[in-house]
Amino acid sequence: MESGLGLEATELRLGLPGAGGEGEGAKKRGYEETIDLKLQLQTPADVKELEEAADNMVKKTPSVKNVAQCGSIVEPEKPPASKAQVVGWPPVRSFRKSILSFHSDKGGSNMEDGEKSCNSMASFMKVSMDGAPYLRKVDLKMYKSYQELSMALQKMFGSFTNNGNCVSQGMSGKDFINESKVMNLLNRSEYVPTYEDKDGDWMLVGDVPWEMFVNSCKRLRIMKGSDAIGLAPRALEKCKNTS
Amino acid sequence: MAEGGDGEGEEEEERSCALGFGTGGDDGAGCSGSPAPAARMRSGSCGGKEQPPPFSEQVLENVLESVLEFLTCRRDRNAASLVCRSWYRAEAQTRREVFIGNCYAVSPGRTVARFRSARAMVLKGRPRFDDFNLVPPGWGARFSPWATAMTAAYPWFERVCLKRITVSDADLALLARSFPSFRDLTLICCDGFGTTGLAAVAELCRNLRVLDLIESDVEEEDEDEDEQVVDWISRFPETITCLESLSFECVNCPVNFAALEALVARSPSLRRLRVNEHVSVSQLRRLMERAPQLTHLGIGSFDSGSADAGAGDLDVTDMESSFAASKSLVCLSGFRVLDPTYLPAIFPACANLVSLNLSYAVFTAEQLKPVIVQCHNLQTFWVLDTIGDDGLRSVATNCKKLSELRVFPMDASEDSEGFVSDSGLVAISEGCPNLRSILYFCQRMTNAAVVTMSKNCPDLAVFRLCIMGRRRPDRLTSQPMDEGFGAIVMNCKKLTRLAISGLLTDRVFEYIANHGRSVRTLSVAFSGDSDLSLKHLFQGCPNLKKLEIRDSPFGDAGLLFGVCHFYNMRFLWMSSCMPSLRGCKEVARRLPHLVVEVIGDSPQDLHGDAVDKLYLYRSLAGPREDAPPFVKIL
Repeated sequence: MESGLGLEATELRLGLPGAGGEGEGAKKRGYEETIDLKLQLQTPADVKELEEAADNMVKKTPSVKNVAQCGSIVEPEKPPASKAQVVGWPPVRSFRKSILSFHSDKGGSNMEDGEKSCNSMASFMKVSMDGAPYLRKVDLKMYKSYQELSMALQKMFGSFTNNGNCVSQGMSGKDFINESKVMNLLNRSEYVPTYEDKDGDWMLVGDVPWEMFVNSCKRLRIMKGSDAIGLAPRALEKCKNTS
Repeated sequence: MAEGGDGEGEEEEERSCALGFGTGGDDGAGCSGSPAPAARMRSGSCGGKEQPPPFSEQVLENVLESVLEFLTCRRDRNAASLVCRSWYRAEAQTRREVFIGNCYAVSPGRTVARFRSARAMVLKGRPRFDDFNLVPPGWGARFSPWATAMTAAYPWFERVCLKRITVSDADLALLARSFPSFRDLTLICCDGFGTTGLAAVAELCRNLRVLDLIESDVEEEDEDEDEQVVDWISRFPETITCLESLSFECVNCPVNFAALEALVARSPSLRRLRVNEHVSVSQLRRLMERAPQLTHLGIGSFDSGSADAGAGDLDVTDMESSFAASKSLVCLSGFRVLDPTYLPAIFPACANLVSLNLSYAVFTAEQLKPVIVQCHNLQTFWVLDTIGDDGLRSVATNCKKLSELRVFPMDASEDSEGFVSDSGLVAISEGCPNLRSILYFCQRMTNAAVVTMSKNCPDLAVFRLCIMGRRRPDRLTSQPMDEGFGAIVMNCKKLTRLAISGLLTDRVFEYIANHGRSVRTLSVAFSGDSDLSLKHLFQGCPNLKKLEIRDSPFGDAGLLFGVCHFYNMRFLWMSSCMPSLRGCKEVARRLPHLVVEVIGDSPQDLHGDAVDKLYLYRSLAGPREDAPPFVKIL
């Protein structure tokens, strides 16, 4: 069921959460197991009532199934939520999250966990695309590589490009070392993803290692290939510096 | 403390649509049939097309108008407007403040046609889950059509308050140009505008009293990057101003401090000033000197690192003298950057403080204690969980008048350590019996603690508990959290707003349905077992107006239970649940005055039968025309 809702294996712990030392805490139960556990704790009468109610629901609409069977509702084209983190949970406004990571960065925090909390902060970036009537926000922390990001962007903006693949073509970081390859890419494809980094420079996505990109990216813009040609020399230079 | 989105003010405001939708307005008992909306439609649509009433009736109406002038409460006005046609007209003529809880529930034209004498408007747009990035950008809720209608109809308009609305610079300029009497502009969780719009307001609104930007996304540069940041503070008139409140905490770019200081100096009525983090502590000191009459102060940076180079190190005693001089301070907020060793500077103000917001600052219980020990009059307190249960105990010991408490997580993730727990909650309940509103983020909670709070704090109107780990059971008993929340709805008879979390079965919804007579707003996440939950809710809660659900196993069957209730509600939001397109279409078919929106992250999402995000709301305006391609209206 959880994969149908993108919930993944929810980590239910019966001991104190976060207390790695305790054996119970480290054990993680899947959702189905927990349901079984719960039903056992209720009286048989309760269980029967619940099951009857559930049956009635099932009769009314076939789509409401027993919890364990809900995997059939999975949308195959949805990108997998690769982490336990879910969008918008816990329900704290994003400006609160970013302020707290600001504290960690500054080292103004008195808590030992200050450093580690930085990594779990969501970082929502605006993504705009030339010619698209709306922009989007992506949480870069949801992805582990350029590949995953490119799939997500394709899904968001795919309807605006003739060749849906061109967005992902630009994303394999290693290929950028070769100048002629870069120029080929820009000439061939309609759209190229670019981003603005902390210094205010506009760069081609894929230049730098993924981690560095996540930390330095302020916002994304999917540009027309012809507009992005001016960025190529800078991109190559940064490549040479980092490689 | 106008700190933002989900304050208590919302509870008082929460009522059925201003235009008397549904059953006789506000006592919606059980299900409303369709006749009621139709009746509203008839009387509502008349506008200017009616025959003018006979003379005798006109006299009566004039008398009535004089009487109705005194009615300020929205709820009362809605009721009055339903008495008869004459009362409806009189009420419409005398309503000064119009509250629109959902900008798509009614068209601007219709609103303006009915309430011809309005001077103030409160307009709310996007659903609350937009704050957590669940509503894709570009979904809607634009101010432009409203601005156009209002500027055409209301030459003497004075006050506008917008929440979760997209306002453009052009809209702001239009307001500023068109309303010579304009005095109050409050933008909460809004976006779409930048410093250009602010400059227009500052420059053209000569009678501006309130400019409050709260948790809004103020753009720093234009899309085409030609426009730089505008120095909007300098655009205020050079003369003495009538400014009473200026809040710009959420503006990310620095403002011209010299201009700000001069503005404060020539604003003798200024009572509320909330600056952003770019205002250093020494600059703050100068502002406080200029405005010793301040009652509400929002502090930017409060650490030595931000002191101007020329000013040297500002020490705590210097700041303390500033706070001693500001004798009227009752509300402190901000502290966007805080050096905890500077906290003692606020000691002189503590005894008078009614409201204190430290929720952007990281510090420990030990650092809090010297401050909180003096805050005997504190009624509203917002803080980070880093103070721990120990810090909460200090609060409980010292703040006997505490009415609203919000404990935010420093690390808002499911795996974080979490510094507060059930014992902090119990301590608060024992120390603060007058508690009316609580928002509490934690990692560990027990049913017993929640039950204790329900008994110690019977006046609770808002109970929002967020156990950050999804579906986490009672820490001690491993039971679901049903009993705890059940006790809350049973014992807190005034409860109007509830947010539930932790491991929850259908039973908690049964409790809410049976005991939550006054519950108007309910937030559900990762809860319940089956559609039985929704059956309970829709058949049980007579006052349920706003229901937001995410990631819960509810589908078409549950949705259909709501058909008898949706006209009584402002909206239902369901995301990552299990409704299907077929089920949603069925709801739309049965309720013609309901707008049923299926929302995807991209247009492709809308092709399948599964519905990821569902947002439905009653509306007199019908399906909106500005829906983007990733929204399908059924």
